[in-house]
Amino acid sequence: MPINILMPALSPTMEKGNLARWLKKEGDTIKAGDVLAEIETDKATMEVEAVDEGILAKILVADGTADVAVNTLIGVIAAEGEDVKSAASSGGAPASAPKAAAAPAAVASPVAVSAPMPAAASVAPATGARVFASPLARRIAKDARIDLSRVKGTGPHGRIVERDVRSAMAGGASLAAPVAGSSAPSAPVGMSDATIRKFFADGSYEEIPHDSMRKTIARRLVEAKQTIPHFYLTVDCELDTLLAAREAINANAPKDKDGKPAYKVSVNDFIIKALAVALQRVPDANVTWTEGAMLKHKHSDVGVAVSIPGGLITPIVRMAETKGLAQISNEMKDYASRARARKLKPEEYQGGTSAVSNLGMFGIKNFSAVINPPHATILAVGAGEQRIVVKKGAPAVATVMSVTLSTDHRGVDGALGAELISAFKTLIENPMGMLV
Amino acid sequence: MTTTYDVLIIGSGPGGYVTAIRSAQLGLKTAIVEREHLGGICLNWGCIPTKALLRSAEIYHYAQHAQDYGLKIEGKVTFDPAAVVKRSRGVSQQLNGGVGFLLKKNKVDVIWGEAVIDKPGQVTVSKTKKAAVLPQNPIPKGTLGEGTYQAKNIIVATGARPRVLPGIEPDGKLIWTYFEAMVPPEFPKSLIVMGSGAIGIEFASFYRTMGCDVTVVEVMPQVLPVEDAEIAGLARKRFEKAGIKIMTSTKVSKVEKKTNSVVCTLEDEKGNKSTLEAERLISAVGVVGNIENIGLEKLGVKTDRGCVVTDGLGRTNIPGIFAIGDVAGPPMLAHKAEHEGVICVEAIKGLHVHPMDKAMIPGCTYCHPQVASVGLTEAKAKEQGLTIKVGRFPFMGNGKAIALGEPDGLVKTIFDAKTGKLLGAHMIGAEVTELIQGYVVAMNLETTEEELIHAVFPHPTLSEMMHESVLDAYGRVIHT
Repeated sequence: MPINILMPALSPTMEKGNLARWLKKEGDTIKAGDVLAEIETDKATMEVEAVDEGILAKILVADGTADVAVNTLIGVIAAEGEDVKSAASSGGAPASAPKAAAAPAAVASPVAVSAPMPAAASVAPATGARVFASPLARRIAKDARIDLSRVKGTGPHGRIVERDVRSAMAGGASLAAPVAGSSAPSAPVGMSDATIRKFFADGSYEEIPHDSMRKTIARRLVEAKQTIPHFYLTVDCELDTLLAAREAINANAPKDKDGKPAYKVSVNDFIIKALAVALQRVPDANVTWTEGAMLKHKHSDVGVAVSIPGGLITPIVRMAETKGLAQISNEMKDYASRARARKLKPEEYQGGTSAVSNLGMFGIKNFSAVINPPHATILAVGAGEQRIVVKKGAPAVATVMSVTLSTDHRGVDGALGAELISAFKTLIENPMGMLV
Repeated sequence: MTTTYDVLIIGSGPGGYVTAIRSAQLGLKTAIVEREHLGGICLNWGCIPTKALLRSAEIYHYAQHAQDYGLKIEGKVTFDPAAVVKRSRGVSQQLNGGVGFLLKKNKVDVIWGEAVIDKPGQVTVSKTKKAAVLPQNPIPKGTLGEGTYQAKNIIVATGARPRVLPGIEPDGKLIWTYFEAMVPPEFPKSLIVMGSGAIGIEFASFYRTMGCDVTVVEVMPQVLPVEDAEIAGLARKRFEKAGIKIMTSTKVSKVEKKTNSVVCTLEDEKGNKSTLEAERLISAVGVVGNIENIGLEKLGVKTDRGCVVTDGLGRTNIPGIFAIGDVAGPPMLAHKAEHEGVICVEAIKGLHVHPMDKAMIPGCTYCHPQVASVGLTEAKAKEQGLTIKVGRFPFMGNGKAIALGEPDGLVKTIFDAKTGKLLGAHMIGAEVTELIQGYVVAMNLETTEEELIHAVFPHPTLSEMMHESVLDAYGRVIHT
């Protein structure tokens, strides 16, 4: 029968402690009285002694893990004559660790141990976690098709009430990270306003109160950076073919009676179209991660970051893969002008499956953008510039644009992201491919 | 130098003393200044003693109708005005002492006298200049007195006093305010009540039950002007049935005093004049905030129409100075003051609080029949352009109401047709002042009609009508 090593209580009031370090390795022979590990509380460091003999079969809570609840299973000793392997695997099974059963998360994965034990036991797992919302809030959210798990509650105990749903409808002011319930450790808080102000002399700055756009940008980007594991893929795309095609397309645009062309397609319009088509060609990358399931999108709804005074907004070109360049171009012109007037409707900038952020016009060579949830990717576009490239072993001049794809690793792995960006590169370098 | 208080409250009415207790609970060093009586108007000259008077009237009414219940009273049921008033004063006195006990228990320093805010952070308390309306309870033991006090946060909770119309100034003899109406040496034979808000109607109801010839004069087109028009209409019928004469859209334009009576010149909306004589006139035309003589003008604290202007957390335009309750504006109700005070002091402590939603403050009038309401009236809901569903359930369809011998009344509910949000509830009839809280809780929890329909209401109770009214709004009523 394997022997479970549980997190000891070093004092009657201790509820959790830090596992400072193991003094034995997996596979070490243990004698009664051996010091197995060191446990820290805020007051002291204490040793965990073995009371039985055997072999340390499995370490379940790693060195340096903080806030391990008392009685959490931290390791398993195989008793004399027992098979170490089976002891190790049985040690994790709830049947042989009744006391630890209350904290399944802690057993399953050492990194989850930091969740306080009572919370872990009382709160439903992240998937399908109960959302506390008033009946009225639920009904209004249902009618407005607002996902309550993304709304931050401001009522008693964080309950979602009518005003939260209303403000979410009005502009997403309360959309919260789609994380688990209240048991999730709260995000680290930065310096207080007062602390920051102290760095600067009074009167040496002007204080501009945040408007709701600024607050929304701050909140959503913090949310994105804290909850989305980003990685980045950069490629260079040659633009010469595309620029020639663009010139030809624009030159042939039908003109109205005032001689005004019906469209003037920009490089950015090509980029939107290319990304949309690339997402169709690599459909596994056209996804949104949720705790419960992967949402695999049928269409490419491409958000385009538009800089406006005081902030930015990302209107969405819906079903961009189905739209022609002229249509995308005209749609973007309309979006951009209404965005600057702050006249976009929520349904025009909420949602989407990927996005484009282009800073090429500022001469930026290359940058990495922050993913805008619920997207899985965002494409950061640098300037198209003439560079020396090597062609057939000889230097040549080409117009080159570097792009970087930021990717949500939860939904899109490295190779898949690479597939997407190379599909994009192919389309940009051979724009005729977008037509088929 | 004296102690610096975290919070100093001026005025110990229901707003002030509750704020003080909450403040102390939050660990703030707290003081409260009072010049006249702990518990303020509510407890000494308002809500509480009138309820005691109305209870006497109610029991008198039942005794007069004993035969309706198969009972027989040998001899005549009479009353002793002095004893009725004495009981009412006793109730106030008991609760007044209770407030003193609560403040002491919570280690709130009581400072006796009149406060003036010298500047943010400092209050000077001097001897009370205001003459007591009538003999008061003695000054509680252990209070601090005159002096200068330091306080990081000063909360003005000075309440309100009766509004006085020019030319109809109360004289305490022929023209009464609620002060005199509460302690009459004897009950007048005839009475004119000017104003049909809660105060006016309660006194009208009380004096009518005690056999007085009562006329209510109201300048608005309906009695109980803040209530739902349908409920107010039913109330008017019941008042008239009880023998109260009611003149709406009419104002008292002149009062002529005689030896033991007043002659009022009344003017209707068309300018038609008439006169009416009665032994006494009660002026119940609203209250105004006590904003004077506490230093607000000098400090530049912003006021508007007799009330201090505050934000949702009781903050005035001057940092460190707060105001709550009647002095901070309508609705001038004790329970509003209490809640406003709690929010104010919790915000001072730094707790995360939401401003009070004034749309969810219930109002109760303890006339016979009682009237209670919360939220939007039907007219207001329509004014806001909302599509509504209205439910109605009459007392006549409720078993308990019939058993009580109280078959007159109505429970009316108003829902947003789109969301099922309970927008308002309006009730008239027996015990509705105790029932309304069910809807207040429902509103605060943001229930829709669905939860109210699913909730089980105990049988047999008057509360079943609350259920039926909701059912009626959705075409599912059972008992009509």
